Amino acid sequence: MATQTQTPYQILGVKPDASADEIRKAYRKLAKQLHPDLNPGKPEAEARFKSVTAAYDLLSDPEKRARYDRGEIDESGAERPRYSYRPHAEGAEGWKYQPQGEMDLGDLEDLFAAFGSGARGRRGPGGAGSGQGFRARGGDRSYAMTIDFTEAANGAKKRLSLAPDQWLDVTIPAGLEDGQVLRLKGKGGPGFGGDEPGDALIEVHVAPHPLFRRDGDDIRIELPVSLAEAVLGARVTVPTVTGLVTMTIPKGSDTGTVLRLRGKGIQRRRNPGDEYVTLKVAIGPGNDAELAEFIEKWAPWHPFDPRQGMSSV
Amino acid sequence: MIAFDELLSRLGGLDRTELQHWVENRWVLPEQHGDAWLFHEVDVARVELILEIRHEYAIDDEALPLVLGLLDQVYGLRRQLRRLCDALAAQPPEVQDAVRRTLPPKDDKSRFN
Repeated sequence: MATQTQTPYQILGVKPDASADEIRKAYRKLAKQLHPDLNPGKPEAEARFKSVTAAYDLLSDPEKRARYDRGEIDESGAERPRYSYRPHAEGAEGWKYQPQGEMDLGDLEDLFAAFGSGARGRRGPGGAGSGQGFRARGGDRSYAMTIDFTEAANGAKKRLSLAPDQWLDVTIPAGLEDGQVLRLKGKGGPGFGGDEPGDALIEVHVAPHPLFRRDGDDIRIELPVSLAEAVLGARVTVPTVTGLVTMTIPKGSDTGTVLRLRGKGIQRRRNPGDEYVTLKVAIGPGNDAELAEFIEKWAPWHPFDPRQGMSSV
Repeated sequence: MIAFDELLSRLGGLDRTELQHWVENRWVLPEQHGDAWLFHEVDVARVELILEIRHEYAIDDEALPLVLGLLDQVYGLRRQLRRLCDALAAQPPEVQDAVRRTLPPKDDKSRFN
């Protein structure tokens, strides 16, 4: 560890196992040397006097000293913030780090076996005569995973690794929503006494996409087009969740024109959604002299006020 | 959920190759997302735990898997115990009372000799 602030023991010049008496003596000695009344105009001595007093305050109180020694409070007596791994280890996602196989429900089974035939608890189907003492369904286990936007749109097969050499194969249905929980029957903890295993519950998050936005089963995208493409019409390539497709931009399109690509939305087997493409006219690198010259001649003959509706505000 | 670099900048005193090493040894199991690792809350807490064990208690790489393995077992057992308690709590009151009555006192050594 790097040199940090001095411990209260170092400040008083005593060993960490010093007795209360030794601490009191050390404090009195230092306090006499450093007292501000004996050291007028020496701010350094005054600062040391303060830290010595603070150190003595802490160490002269047996309870505070014990808490300091256990690391519960710092030199100033403030609570040390402690992070804790335990709530995570025992929380919904903690399963990931738990040894599987050799140390699992077997231990609980051993525990029940220790109850022996004397166990008069609940008995499952099969009854007392079967020799099976206790039956219980295995517990459900929670996991989380993140998938791409396009995987959610098309459906996908994913592999979720749980522990070294352990995984779950997860089928993502097309149209899965962000935060949806998939239940894999029988993939949770094993049951005991021959009862059925629990389920795996997988919370699936969908990463946002830079181009696509989801709207129910439809997908929306904004597509920049050049002035020429908008005015004259064109064939352009458009990204969809299933790949690039060619689309016709009709002559005389404008910013805000919406075109539909049928069946290119969420790929549900029956009734897939559509992709809606909103055009955005991009004029291109500024200061085109020829264009300016043309517009100068053209504009006076084609008066158009795109802000007409705003004048009443 | 946070990415590798974000985790590095959030936890001072953690160096890049060190964290990579931990993930490669599967002491931390972040989610693999394309080429990137995504650290869930439990993974971040585990990184903090390993950081503490490595640096403050000076446990080296050889002993670390042992320490982690033991910790994981303890948490596994605590989980199982809690399940058992939950199962007991779901029993009718007379069963719960019967269990309570037959639970040997903490200082009863007769079962262990």
